[in-house]
Amino acid sequence: MNLDFAPEDVAFRQEVRTWLENDYPTELRGKFSRDEYSKEDFLLWQRTLFSRGWGAPAWPKQYGGTGWTATQRYIFQEECARAETLPIPPFGMNMLAPVLMAFASDEQKAHYLPRILNGTDFWCQGYSEPGAGSDLASLKTKAERVGDHYIINGQKTWTTLGHFADWIFVLCRTDPAARKPQEGISFILVDMKTPGVEVRPIITMDGGHEVNETWFTDVKVPVANLVGKENEGWTYAKYLLAHERTGIAGVARSKKGIERLREIASVELDQGQPIIRNPDFAKKISELEIDLSALEYTELRTLARESSGKGPGPESSILKIKGTEIQQRITELTLEAVGVYGAPYFRGFPQEGDNQLPIGPDYAHMAAPLYSNMRKTSIYGGSNEIQHNIIAKMVLGL
Amino acid sequence: MDFSFTSEQDQLRDTVARLVRQQYDFETRRKVAKSEAGWRPEMWAQFAELGLLGASFSEEEGGFGGGPIEAMIISEEFGKGLVVEPYLQAVIVGGNFLRLGGSAAQREEHIAGLVGGEAIFAFAYSEPKSRFDLNDVSTIAKKDGAGYTLNGHKAVVIGAPFATHLFVTARTSGAQRDKAGITVFLVPKDAKGITTRDYPTVDGLRASEVLFENVSVGADTVVGEVDNGLPLIEKVVDYAIAALCAEACGCFKILNEATITYAKQRKQFGRPIADFQVLQHRMVDMFMAAEQAISMTYMVTLKLDEADKARKLAASGAKVQIGKAGRLISQDAVQIHGGMGMTDELNVGHFFKRVTMIESQFGNTDWHLRRYTELSNG
Repeated sequence: MNLDFAPEDVAFRQEVRTWLENDYPTELRGKFSRDEYSKEDFLLWQRTLFSRGWGAPAWPKQYGGTGWTATQRYIFQEECARAETLPIPPFGMNMLAPVLMAFASDEQKAHYLPRILNGTDFWCQGYSEPGAGSDLASLKTKAERVGDHYIINGQKTWTTLGHFADWIFVLCRTDPAARKPQEGISFILVDMKTPGVEVRPIITMDGGHEVNETWFTDVKVPVANLVGKENEGWTYAKYLLAHERTGIAGVARSKKGIERLREIASVELDQGQPIIRNPDFAKKISELEIDLSALEYTELRTLARESSGKGPGPESSILKIKGTEIQQRITELTLEAVGVYGAPYFRGFPQEGDNQLPIGPDYAHMAAPLYSNMRKTSIYGGSNEIQHNIIAKMVLGL
Repeated sequence: MDFSFTSEQDQLRDTVARLVRQQYDFETRRKVAKSEAGWRPEMWAQFAELGLLGASFSEEEGGFGGGPIEAMIISEEFGKGLVVEPYLQAVIVGGNFLRLGGSAAQREEHIAGLVGGEAIFAFAYSEPKSRFDLNDVSTIAKKDGAGYTLNGHKAVVIGAPFATHLFVTARTSGAQRDKAGITVFLVPKDAKGITTRDYPTVDGLRASEVLFENVSVGADTVVGEVDNGLPLIEKVVDYAIAALCAEACGCFKILNEATITYAKQRKQFGRPIADFQVLQHRMVDMFMAAEQAISMTYMVTLKLDEADKARKLAASGAKVQIGKAGRLISQDAVQIHGGMGMTDELNVGHFFKRVTMIESQFGNTDWHLRRYTELSNG
């Protein structure tokens, strides 16, 4: 056992850092912290990574991945967080791609994977439905086989960035006679431009538009878009969810979040002194940092296990639970740090001219919306209650 | 000891509850909060007509014979409807400044207007660097002949866009953080030299940055004692904290009811999610937090006229309890609602935001915990 980075890892970190400093697209700088981005921004970032050969840090080399070690991937994530780059949307890269690699036909792999890698297609996820959240297997969207096509009808919800997406992977019921809810489900790829697909925005309480409802009305999809075997989709769905959870810990971004929090706390005054010098507040940051440290080493242990050939196990639920709790706590403390200027709200209201009175420091403006927004993290990707169930059942055997 | 309400108080609650139910449904509130005006002046007129604006003042004071308990009842019911009109600022803060510190002439001039709905007050006290400290005042009131000249910047003045008058804290002597040397002024918002920048707040209210540039005011605008305004300010703010706690209790009630209703209706794994013990226990915790919050709200409301130290301990104790309860209840209400709890479409998120803002209004949990600790050990 050894916590030190090998000399080649240290060199790798420097290489990544220098590249990000020089080659991270100028037009994208600052967009992450301002929480403003377009589809084109994400694709531009993906294309930039692709042209450097770093388009898919977690993919094996045979599919155009970097073939990096777990340590290198970890360093890369840390450097991206440090540079406040846009995140790489996980839907194509981390969720769909592992499923395709494991279960898709060679033609499908050859067609879809390169287009994810080179920033051509933007994917979204068609899992949850209004009546099927935690109980995903109760989904009702159905795909009826008619000749060489499926006809899809139903409604998906919480489709993150569905308004950007070119494609959606959809869990559909293909065997209405199946005996168990987990049976008779298929995993189908749908072009968002197909007639009958309709995306309706859901505005969240922070005023943002990230998620959508996606409606399917007689959507005609070629049978060739089925992944794996008909009615075996539940196996693929679970495989995907296990992969989704590993990325969800967000350690590197949380480190950056704590750094930002410390910066804010060093300028925000409390009783005339920077609030960071208030022992009560400083202690809260320390506790958070210690929790993050515990998560970080837990993630590294998980990654080490993964790189030794085993896929992510149910232990990844720990990463999801603890990671999201930490992300939420960071936004809570940031809101606390900014004091009275957490209250003003700008989203959706016209910003007035520069000659007006300023309304508090810039870093305060997003504090409350982010705090509200991050409540989603303990709900999505399998709610934290469901993650507890997974650990209870799969790890503890209860 | 008696925790019962009089029949007049029950009647008052019924009146406010009916008003909120009939004219403050969630969809209407959402529209009003997003409208350009951000409130309904006609609603304010209706409050006046129903006697709500004078309900927490005695008849000698120009009100209708009530006090803090009436303020508590109104605030709690307003909390259930997420009322956006500035009752807390105008009536609780403004009214108590007049009642506790106003000269006979000031009371004569303003109380009838307050009760009638024509005079609307806002409280300009926080500053860009003052955080929650009431004594941290760098706005200067310089003696100028018989009057004063005000210069300074007040931050996040809730309700200021609707106000006709501002209660302003300013330094007449001493250094920025001295407890002595602070004076309260009652200034018409349209006084020469006042500029405002109005904006919405996260929880659907409106506020302003208020800039004072050589604003000349007469000596008759001083409320209470020159240089010794802090004890008055602290007392008025404790009145406001009591009302704010009551408002929070109203929010908690709706959040808990909504959560229980949803958990009983929402089916997953073939049964209502309310069947799951892990959620049942959380809802029990939410319920207990709300009950404890109500208890502390009664306690502070009944102690507002006790000696300074007892009153401050009560106010800070209640604010801490409400702050903690608010985090627990609002976060778990969203969590148990799942994705739906995140949406702008459902009321839960709106209560979540209001409860979040209440936590920091007039001092957050940490600030009051510190004040409580200092008072109880000092």
